[in-house]
Amino acid sequence: MFVGAALNCRLVDFAFSEEQEMLRRSAREFLAKECGSKVVRRLMETPDGHDPALWKKIADLGWTALGIPEEYGGVGTFLDLIVVLEEAGRALLPGPFFSTMGLAVPALIEAGTASQKKEVLGAIASGSARATLALTEPAGRWDAEGVRLDAKQTGGGWQLDGVKLFVPDAGAADHMVVAARTRGEGEDGITLFLVHGRPQGMTVTPLETLDMTRRWSEVRFEGVRLDADAVMGEPDKAWPRLKRALEWATAALCAEMVGGVQKVLETSTEYAKARHQFGKPIGIYQAVSHKLADMLVLSESGRSATYYAAWTVDADAPDRSLASSMAKAYVSDAYRKVAGDGIQVHGGIGFTWEHDMHLYFKRAKSSEVTLGDATYHRELVAQALDL
Amino acid sequence: MDFELSDSERAFRDEVRAWLKANAPRDTEADGAGDMKAFIERRRAWQKKLHGAGYVGITWPKEYGGRGGSLMDQLIFNDEMILAHAPEPINVIGLGMGGPVVIAHGTDEQKKRYLAPLLSAEEIWCQGFSEPNAGSDLSGLQTRAEDKGDHYLVNGQKVWTTLAHVARWCMLVARERKEANPRDGLTYLLVDMESPGIEVRPLVQITGDAEFNEIFFKDVKVPKAQILGEAGQGWAVAMTTLLHERGTLGLALATRAQITAAELAERARKLGRGDDPLVRQKIAQHTIEARALQLNGYRAVTAVKRSGIPGPEGSILKLMWSELNQRMTETAMDIAGAGAQVGDGDGWKYQFLRARANTIEAGTSEVLRNILAERVLGLPRSR
Repeated sequence: MFVGAALNCRLVDFAFSEEQEMLRRSAREFLAKECGSKVVRRLMETPDGHDPALWKKIADLGWTALGIPEEYGGVGTFLDLIVVLEEAGRALLPGPFFSTMGLAVPALIEAGTASQKKEVLGAIASGSARATLALTEPAGRWDAEGVRLDAKQTGGGWQLDGVKLFVPDAGAADHMVVAARTRGEGEDGITLFLVHGRPQGMTVTPLETLDMTRRWSEVRFEGVRLDADAVMGEPDKAWPRLKRALEWATAALCAEMVGGVQKVLETSTEYAKARHQFGKPIGIYQAVSHKLADMLVLSESGRSATYYAAWTVDADAPDRSLASSMAKAYVSDAYRKVAGDGIQVHGGIGFTWEHDMHLYFKRAKSSEVTLGDATYHRELVAQALDL
Repeated sequence: MDFELSDSERAFRDEVRAWLKANAPRDTEADGAGDMKAFIERRRAWQKKLHGAGYVGITWPKEYGGRGGSLMDQLIFNDEMILAHAPEPINVIGLGMGGPVVIAHGTDEQKKRYLAPLLSAEEIWCQGFSEPNAGSDLSGLQTRAEDKGDHYLVNGQKVWTTLAHVARWCMLVARERKEANPRDGLTYLLVDMESPGIEVRPLVQITGDAEFNEIFFKDVKVPKAQILGEAGQGWAVAMTTLLHERGTLGLALATRAQITAAELAERARKLGRGDDPLVRQKIAQHTIEARALQLNGYRAVTAVKRSGIPGPEGSILKLMWSELNQRMTETAMDIAGAGAQVGDGDGWKYQFLRARANTIEAGTSEVLRNILAERVLGLPRSR
């Protein structure tokens, strides 16, 4: 069944449109000018990695409206967002762009009520708000079973108690989608809440992260009271909506990762052409050039898997869950390998703080463990194969 | 970006699917196993049948006996063939390389002479490139083509030649002149295998089969009308041949890899190994890589549709497939444990051995990595 499904959707046109290629060029130009290595390194040292001035420019370009339905102020498709995210990953754009557009937006689209969408998606699209998704807990699980944060009905509203861990950009977020357990186990009994600002009893503690371009926090809920209208969609039944949001998120993250892979490949290739040892450019030696050829294979394959996953999400194809798991499994391994080999090709200079290669190596690791690593997604693929 | 088939493409797929269901023999035997002669004749008859139905040379121009179809039609047909487990037509070398290179470099007379009998399997083709001292470095070939006015006199030896024992035509690259650059002075000839002075000897492989042959040429007369392209410019014609070999072949291999991965999952279930987390991880990884390979193929096709000829990116497909196929056949043997050593392992034992050639034939993995490094990444040439 799986093979048939895979073979039955064939190529007609596996490329971005001319407009999307223009968007890519302008995004690359903008980020080269506004988000070079110096800016990335400056933002790495700030408490939340968020630069309001940069965010305003990004919003003015319309990037914060991409993928959001028109009725809520959006412009452009998910595939347009993919193009921009790939460039953001290439430039290591710090701050809440991925968490807002990759995590919170799909959760709101999938599960939000009309008024929640109108308020929050509208604010995101216009550039006036940032948001995130609080899913994981100290167990570090990405599946439904991992959601243990307790939510109980009290009077007319709800009370939340528990801890969310590894919450991206919680410090910069104006709104937070929180996954909570309202009953039972597994996929049944999960409810999403939309939390505005910092209600009483909610504390956000930034964590020290390996990848300093990504900010994660612990978010503690101690007797946090929410109104009844904080519930997104139907109580207890949020998992299928959240799962679809995670497919969007996974394809979006893979796009960022693919942008990073490509940048490492290009930088390493240029270095292998310029760096001379034994009187010749090191790229002439097959121990180096074959490593770069393998990096190319990983880059191209990761890109293919990612673009296809993005298309399945955009077209709402039946294999969107499988395609996003395949992409995340492949790209997680590929980015770590390519970034590591990138350091190796650069030799000693690649191991210095001054060179950017370590920033990609660290981003590769943080992305690998976000939204499930390769092992996790391979198991999902095995399940899809009826193994 | 769009992955849906159009109405007419869907109609073509349904038509092919129905025809194959009614007509395709099940491909149950390993290549070359049993009586070779009977096997060849069965495959020849199968190609004739396909040709009669209009399914051979799908993208070739109608005036030369092709279908005049699109690349999409060819892809749809390839996938349906594999899904139906239908055997390949006999003339794999001719259809994959011989025809395309004649279409690209041949004169009108040559196109008229060679293409129709190639399509109908009246005449089988083989490829005389590799020699005992010219493997990866094709420019080191020593087979000579001596200019005798209206014809060449060919002397030398070729090796690893699939189908040479039944072929009528051989795509031969021979040295006409010695030049400073060994890529100059080569001439590409279409040699009639029935000419006096040709001897074909089978080569037994590690599988025990004899898929390949050696060809010995002793004072073989080749008329000048059988030069393909320009005399002395054989290198360019040879490169066209290899691009087709790695490009179009790559796509068929990509689909095949998905089938192999699915068969591997089936084998794990059958052997009761599906619960083992390591086996699950491995088979999932193989399946993901097979899918990535196919998607790379689709992206390469988008590029081909724009430029017309396969680019060096096709080398990625062949490189990935050959190494993936080895890993898949290794996993298939691993999960059988000690049982892998006995019996035919449902054909996996043969595949496990045969896969060792995948990273050598049609460009070794080392040569393909050189191509990617030099022609795609622009790194300096290592030679």
